Amino acid sequence: MNLNSEIITGNVVIHVKEERLDAHNSAELKLEFQKLFASGSQNLLVDLKDVRFIDSSGLGALVSGFKNATTSHGSLRLACLQPQVKSMFELTRLHRVFEIYQTVAEALEK
Amino acid sequence: MENRGIELDIKVPNQTRYLSLIGRIGEDIAREIDRYSGDRETLAYQINLVLTEAMSNAIKYGNPDNREETVHILINISDNELFIRIYDYGQGFDINEIPTPDFDALEDRGRGIFLIKALMDSVQYRKQADGNMLEMIKQLH
Repeated sequence: MNLNSEIITGNVVIHVKEERLDAHNSAELKLEFQKLFASGSQNLLVDLKDVRFIDSSGLGALVSGFKNATTSHGSLRLACLQPQVKSMFELTRLHRVFEIYQTVAEALEK
Repeated sequence: MENRGIELDIKVPNQTRYLSLIGRIGEDIAREIDRYSGDRETLAYQINLVLTEAMSNAIKYGNPDNREETVHILINISDNELFIRIYDYGQGFDINEIPTPDFDALEDRGRGIFLIKALMDSVQYRKQADGNMLEMIKQLH
């Protein structure tokens, strides 16, 4: 799983550098969220700009991270969803669960 | 692509690293279908997704003791329909018994069959002499 992380104004911004989030790599993303929250991170912002495909296991990894965030009294937010990826959130109603921003900058302003 | 009588018969190792290869084949097919009047990129994504979901299921549940180390996929494009058949050798399940996900309960799993049913026009899962077959059909208007 190719990821770049940086800390900006108290947020861990995770840039997912994969074209696909599927059953091949979603377990690694799930583990990454667990590690970050276990090590004391509170607020995660996941940049999905490079992800042009997500399947049910990719959605599941993000849901798992969201639940980790809730348990840790933190947050997991999403930014830069490509249109087809966003349509998967809408189809599964997950757009009602996640805070979704058009850009990383917009998310960081909130 | 002349969309009469095209059939792809694919066998790939039952490993998730091949999901992207199968997904890409599905996207390429969707982009080449002559008579489809809808949004081609949406169709490409949908075919990629249903192939990915179905193949993931076949890998996870379909070959429990590695008896068959490949996943067998058949794709057939006729004038008006796209057929996809995926064969597995597991215990099988009743596809009609798979519940629609509870959208208010945040589960990590359980959305794959829902997505396939939502995006395809017909989905059946049938027991065969040796194993099971998931058949998915999309009307091409």
